[in-house]
Amino acid sequence: MILAKVAGTVVATRKDERLVSSKLLVVRPVDPSGKAEGNYLVAVDTVDAGVGETVLVVSGSSARMASGMKDTPVDAAIVGIIDAVEVNE
Amino acid sequence: MQIARVIGDVVVTRKDEQLTGLKLLVVQPLTPDRQPSGRPLVAVDAVGAGVGEEVFFVRGKEASFPFFPAEPPVDAGIVGIVDRWDVEKR
Repeated sequence: MILAKVAGTVVATRKDERLVSSKLLVVRPVDPSGKAEGNYLVAVDTVDAGVGETVLVVSGSSARMASGMKDTPVDAAIVGIIDAVEVNE
Repeated sequence: MQIARVIGDVVVTRKDEQLTGLKLLVVQPLTPDRQPSGRPLVAVDAVGAGVGEEVFFVRGKEASFPFFPAEPPVDAGIVGIVDRWDVEKR
């Protein structure tokens, strides 16, 4: 999983019908200290995250194991809202 | 699988129900000479690893297999703690 910060929302009217009523957010990966790095990506939100929050993003086929995402065409899902990251290095 | 060092932990209160009770650690992949290689990532712990230990972890859906029949939404999982690790110098 990666840590990411929610940067914005996505509105899509025409989409795969299995994505109807899914909330899509734009997130940007961050390092453990919170510094942004790398490219933005779109992730489906399963935990009611909001813009500005640091979240846990699961990628690949594992994203379909998030709550309510079974058999949906997604490859990134927000599965947690980060309270704290403690790194000793 | 890749070798990494556990460098920290993550506290997440609001999360997918299936993640409840799982320990999430920050791991830094290592090169053969134990230098950091690439970005750190968050991995679920299946073996009781702790901060500072060298571990190996698996990427992809396989990370959820230690928790079978549960299928937590995880894409990286620690599956072993390294006791010793030698690489021949070339």
